[in-house]
Amino acid sequence: MVTISHLSTKGLVKNFGGIKAIKDVDFDLPKGQIRALIGPNGAGKSTFVGMISGRIAPSQGKIFFADQNITNLPAHKRICLGIAYTFQITSVFSRLTVHENVALAVRRNRQFNRTEVEEQVCNILTKVGLLNRSSSEVRELSYGHQRLLEIAMGLGQEPSLFILDEPTQGLAESEILAFSSILKSMSGNTTVLLIEHNMDIVMATAEYITVMNFGQILAEGTPSEIRSNEAVQLAYLGKT
Amino acid sequence: MKEKNLILNIGVVLLLALLFFFVSDYHDGIIARILILAIFAMGYNLLFGYTGMLSLGHAMFFATGMYGYGLSVELWNFTALEGLVFSLLVSLLFSMGIGILTLRTKGVAFMIVTLMFSQVFYLVVLLFSEYTGGDEGFVISPQGRTLFGLNFVDPTNKYFASLFLFALVLLSLTLFVRTRTGKCFVAIRENEQRAEMLGYDVWTHKFLAIIISGVISGLGGATYTLIFGYAGAAFAEVHYSILPLLWVLLGGAGTLVGPLIGTVFAFYLIDISSGFTSAYLLIVGLVIVLLTLFAPQGLAGEIKRKVAPWLL
Repeated sequence: MVTISHLSTKGLVKNFGGIKAIKDVDFDLPKGQIRALIGPNGAGKSTFVGMISGRIAPSQGKIFFADQNITNLPAHKRICLGIAYTFQITSVFSRLTVHENVALAVRRNRQFNRTEVEEQVCNILTKVGLLNRSSSEVRELSYGHQRLLEIAMGLGQEPSLFILDEPTQGLAESEILAFSSILKSMSGNTTVLLIEHNMDIVMATAEYITVMNFGQILAEGTPSEIRSNEAVQLAYLGKT
Repeated sequence: MKEKNLILNIGVVLLLALLFFFVSDYHDGIIARILILAIFAMGYNLLFGYTGMLSLGHAMFFATGMYGYGLSVELWNFTALEGLVFSLLVSLLFSMGIGILTLRTKGVAFMIVTLMFSQVFYLVVLLFSEYTGGDEGFVISPQGRTLFGLNFVDPTNKYFASLFLFALVLLSLTLFVRTRTGKCFVAIRENEQRAEMLGYDVWTHKFLAIIISGVISGLGGATYTLIFGYAGAAFAEVHYSILPLLWVLLGGAGTLVGPLIGTVFAFYLIDISSGFTSAYLLIVGLVIVLLTLFAPQGLAGEIKRKVAPWLL
């Protein structure tokens, strides 16, 4: 299979003092794919995407995005290139309105056109089902709604690569369903890198799965390949 | 919602213009002074109230404008207009320098570093007493108090020049806080990390906030000297770094009319209470404690919270 790689890392390493959190990871993500990144707690998933988004500086190795070496770019410049990142721990502007939160995400790309920003914010809020809370302050929202808002802010940036760090953590069943349909609606235009513990979502949405363990890539493959992989079962999924 | 703010602020300016004809000369004098100091407070508010950066050294920006104007007019015989342009240029360069140095810090460290730079500034003013007049300061000669044929010894000119400058800054800021950059300042105040991860260049925006804040404060200092004819080291003292913070907190940080309300309130609180007792600071302290208890967002901040959420 010949694909154009949208994001790749070469020999990526991260040491925290004596601890090797990420050991020599080569990773390739083709354009337009929905990729899940799974693995036990402490496997290095968040550290890995932290290095991709620019929040954490790698100790060694290179990161390429859209044919560009982004290893030394600061986070905000990477975001401007088309990467969006949602935080594992909800990080929103809690004293601003729902509308303004999404508008801040949309506005960076469309600084001069107010009506365009308004329309886009409205579309996105409709999509995630928060339009009726538009003028509420975010701190008045339930936890689940705040998580959805965070995803809405990601959508607002119209990213070509969307990194989601455990987006469904703490969501109710109905909200999870809404989330997976949003995720599926993005496929095609947006490359998605999804860290997720909820295997139902992973199996239902991901086209391809990367399993990490002890800071290394343990296995990669389609959902059915991963399900039947001995090593993955041993390390993470558990035998049934 | 945006137009409401513009209309409100134009209304405030018109009201202040009318006020001149209804109050005594004594109050005209006080209000003119308040308006110029409110410019200083608005400059402070842009950095503290909108961008969330607490500076404890803003006296240095006010004094930069003050001495940039006073010294250039008195020592080098600049005309008032030249002096004004010069003082704004110096304020711009000074803010850039201070911005580059202080932005290596955040939070408490930023407070301490700005305080230290401001103290250094104050000591430098004293060190060069020969030129700055030190604590005694110096009075501006008549040619330095005349701009575009208007002499600011005249109370009417004083009042309306102050009002014009105040309105200029207030309305510019009303337009500015609605721009993408202005809203990014607020985003940085609310959640710096999130702003960065939305692709905003946080450092550059903070740098810009310091510059705009510094230049507005410098404009306050320069025009204070132009209109009231005096420059002195007292304005570079730590006292004048705390006052704008107090005015902004009392009036409502992060609101456009807050700085004016806070400055008026603080001035008249002292003016009225000192008419009753020589222990007026006791009353001032008590009122400030009560305000912090019952209106922690400041006067305009509470109005925004309770009745007018559209207030910018």
